[in-house]
Amino acid sequence: MEWEVVIGLETHTQLRTKSKQFSGASITYGAEPNTQADEVSIALPGVLPVLNKQAVECAIKFGLAINADIPARSVFSRKNYFYPDLPKGYQISQFELPVVGKGAVTIQVPASGKNAAYEKVINITRAHLEEDAGKSVHGALEGMSGIDLNRAGTPLLEIVTEPDMRSASEAVAYAKKLHELVQWIDICDGNMQEGSFRCDVNVSVRPKGTDKFGTRREIKNLNSFKFMTQAIEYETRWQIETLEDGGTIQQATVLFNPDTGETKAMRSKEEANDYRYFPDPDLLPLEVTAADKARVKATMPELPDAMKARFEADYALSSYDAAALTASRELADYFTATVHAGSDAKPAANWIMGAISAKLNTEEKMINESPISAAQLAQLLKRIADNTISNNAAKQVFEAMWAGEGEVDAIIAEKGLKQESDSGAIEAIIDEVLKANPAMVEEFKAGKEKAFNALVGQAMKASKGKANPAQVNEVLKKKLAN
Amino acid sequence: MINSSLKNLSQMLAKKEISSVEMTQTFLDRINKYNPTINAYIALNADKTLAQAKAADVRIANGKAEPLTGIPFAQKDIFCAKGWQTTCGSKMLANFVAPYDAYVITQFDNAGAVNLGKTNMDEFAMGSSNETSYFGGVKNPWDFDRVPGGSSGGSAAAVAARLCAAATGTDTGGSIRQPASLCGFTGLKPTYGLVSRYGMIAFASSLDQAGPMAKSAEDCALMMNVMTGFDERDSTSLNRPKEDYTRGLSNIQGTQPLKGLRIGLPKEYFADGLDANVAKVVQEAIAEYRKLGAETVDISLPNSQLSIPVYYVLAPAEASSNLSRYDGVRYGHRAAEYDDLMDMYMKSRSEGFGAEVKRRILIGTYVLSAGYYDAYYLKAQQIRRLIADDFTQAFKQCDVIMGPTAPSTAFKAGEKADDPVAMYLQDVYTIATNLAGLPGMSIPAGFSNGLPVGLQLMGNYFDEARMLDVAHAYQQVTDWHLAMPEGI
Amino acid sequence: MALNITDIKRIAHLARLEISDQEATATLTKLSGILGLIEQMQAVDTTNITPMSHSQDVTQRLREDVVTAINQREAFQSNAPFLGNGSAEKAVDSGLYLVPKVIE
Repeated sequence: MEWEVVIGLETHTQLRTKSKQFSGASITYGAEPNTQADEVSIALPGVLPVLNKQAVECAIKFGLAINADIPARSVFSRKNYFYPDLPKGYQISQFELPVVGKGAVTIQVPASGKNAAYEKVINITRAHLEEDAGKSVHGALEGMSGIDLNRAGTPLLEIVTEPDMRSASEAVAYAKKLHELVQWIDICDGNMQEGSFRCDVNVSVRPKGTDKFGTRREIKNLNSFKFMTQAIEYETRWQIETLEDGGTIQQATVLFNPDTGETKAMRSKEEANDYRYFPDPDLLPLEVTAADKARVKATMPELPDAMKARFEADYALSSYDAAALTASRELADYFTATVHAGSDAKPAANWIMGAISAKLNTEEKMINESPISAAQLAQLLKRIADNTISNNAAKQVFEAMWAGEGEVDAIIAEKGLKQESDSGAIEAIIDEVLKANPAMVEEFKAGKEKAFNALVGQAMKASKGKANPAQVNEVLKKKLAN
Repeated sequence: MINSSLKNLSQMLAKKEISSVEMTQTFLDRINKYNPTINAYIALNADKTLAQAKAADVRIANGKAEPLTGIPFAQKDIFCAKGWQTTCGSKMLANFVAPYDAYVITQFDNAGAVNLGKTNMDEFAMGSSNETSYFGGVKNPWDFDRVPGGSSGGSAAAVAARLCAAATGTDTGGSIRQPASLCGFTGLKPTYGLVSRYGMIAFASSLDQAGPMAKSAEDCALMMNVMTGFDERDSTSLNRPKEDYTRGLSNIQGTQPLKGLRIGLPKEYFADGLDANVAKVVQEAIAEYRKLGAETVDISLPNSQLSIPVYYVLAPAEASSNLSRYDGVRYGHRAAEYDDLMDMYMKSRSEGFGAEVKRRILIGTYVLSAGYYDAYYLKAQQIRRLIADDFTQAFKQCDVIMGPTAPSTAFKAGEKADDPVAMYLQDVYTIATNLAGLPGMSIPAGFSNGLPVGLQLMGNYFDEARMLDVAHAYQQVTDWHLAMPEGI
Repeated sequence: MALNITDIKRIAHLARLEISDQEATATLTKLSGILGLIEQMQAVDTTNITPMSHSQDVTQRLREDVVTAINQREAFQSNAPFLGNGSAEKAVDSGLYLVPKVIE
């Protein structure tokens, strides 16, 4: 039987705020245990929550970015369960009426094997504001766990998709797209190591061609795209094998073990949960007016999809190039700055996605850490365009600039890379070459096209590589025609 | 002095007839003498109390006194007060020393008032007799065999026995008014949102409201001036201009000061279940109001009989969640012996909470649990709106509603302790205003077999000033509120 | 909706309250009485009635995103419970609250 995997994602994005969702405690990462756990974070008797304005604005931004319905009113509810890292015994979340309603994200699924790259729309069910839990630290004392509530109350936006994805690559493409988007609109720092962007992946399988969903298992807290791929692939195989062996899938929460590459059901979540959601009486309905939306919208940058379309239209870039350049706001900004500094778009795109990306990859740097600024790159590309240097020479200049050896023109002068474009001098060189290689001239005249290239090579060699190759071609053609 | 109004105490302090330290010591001496019997206070700390009194004397000497500066108050043990044992009447918090001040405590501190101590209460404010307190029952000063009412039973006994100048209470379903009725003094539950709940240990968040418990409407007005106000730390605190609740009191003059006032009498409040003697006293009080110029209008609150069922869904539901934080992890009771995490939770909570609290947690958990939410919680919230709408209709016909506060006078300790349903019926007349978020008040209206009877006043939203005027008018022509139990 | 012993045990576990078989029977009687009181609600037609969560029709106020809290760990942890199981120590270590091992 052929199987189909059905995947939906729930992503917890930590919002870019200074203080917690419901109190004025700091959310700085890495502080000493419980030093950022104020009276609200540790749920002292009598404390009350007050909602963070910045977190709400982040949610509105996200809603606008995915073209979602943002209802006039949303409601905070309590999700009740006992866990030592959950100090109130309930998590404040949104249940029936979330701040962001239905929206959509378009993903680019890269080519793999014989499958071509394609785009797909992933529907977002909802996004809701909630608070993070604390952390359990193991091994402090034998048989004990230590509870650190610094993270408790950290503002989160949980983004939930429809079960729209049909492969690990679609799921990862969605996660990457979302990761890019939340950073693009500056609502999340995207730091996956620190847990600022964590994905729970719901996986089920069903016979291909059927409509009914299979029983799903939820893979919790994936914090890298690589693990996500491995976990989904393992889980999918496991579910198919289980079913093919005549077994059934039990709904479960599972954890991925990066060491073994396997998924395994969590012991603590085995019992059926009954979260007893009800509207939090300590919080009032959250109102988002049209004016609020307009005000937030005015602060938002151009979105990646819009920018991609503009790049295609204004710069005649391919869909692939435009998508690559809008993979992050920093990259897009770098490209735009290069073009604004006077470079043509196409070579700028090629160099950024070619030489610069390769270097950044090797050195594990981000584009904003590039030693060559957009202005410097533009200057280099201008020198190619105006024939000051050849493409080959440009590569040398690029290496030198990367190594911090100075500005484009200074490096060209210092290294003597300026291209010879004086037609008199080029003619003199070519005359010399023709005189020195009569055999090649004869071969050319006898119809051997290859001989022409050999003569160009000789001329370039004679000019020590500085002659403008196009000019050499032109002059040589003229002379041989005589 | 112990019978003096807050205004008189303030004048005595201003005129240096007595210092705050002397006044405070007088009350501390009475507490030392009577508290071992009455058990009104859970926590006392004479050093802290007298330090506040000394500071108040300095403030008075510097001419910086406010109306309540130097006057000793009792604080219900539901309010966190920094450095004070704050137990909420529970074993769970028996060793909890609050590291911060509740809004109400801060307001009294800023006013220069003196904190005499923390008063006994039903555990987590769940009760109508103070018998659920981990720290033992409280005696009704009018009859030591009887309960003072609850949950603010300690504050009630302290006011009635003059173990404080006045006290604070909280009222979720009647916990200020019912004890005011049973102990014979004046208590006011304000409009929900007027007094910040910050630092007030939550029972049922959407119903809890703090208010004054004092000898007269005038005293309550002075306390309201201190207790109310906008607090940005409580999302449900209402941002309204500050009011002077005493502003209308001096206008209550002449023979018919209430001319034009329409008093609504809900027929449901005078039906079956009301003790005949209590009904008689209440009717007499209403007759007195007619003499003061008021007219009475018969009204109906048709859904009021549903307020108990609705309350016993909503309050336990909220409570079951509010009390989940008591898990023995960060503060509060942790079992001495346990096997694992689950065992620690189960033992700590089972040992730390008393029977009534556990009962309400179970009810609340049940009505919120999967499959029951719509039939119970949602239904209760819908009927809650019907109950509130009844009042909206009623206040088109009248300015204030009157009726009994409690169906009977103080009952004997133990009488209802094992019958939760009978106990719950104590709040049959008070709960509706909590559900609607309206202000309610109880004033002494006379006696039945030597036990105080309260008259309840219910007003429209934010109409506390008028209610205080109406109560004050009655207290100008009667002296029930000045009666004091004998032998204390 | 009649309550039974299984319900009592289930909700007691959800609420993390220990309840013996004997207590469960007594609790069942009392809770059934309370539920009997509550059942009166079912007679009311509430079609199209908007549930009332709050008595005032006001919306949530928002707090400016500023850090106002200071570190009060020592003060807060002075209220930590005793570790128990024979230890007279507070259930804190190196700033962490200690609980029996959390199994994930």
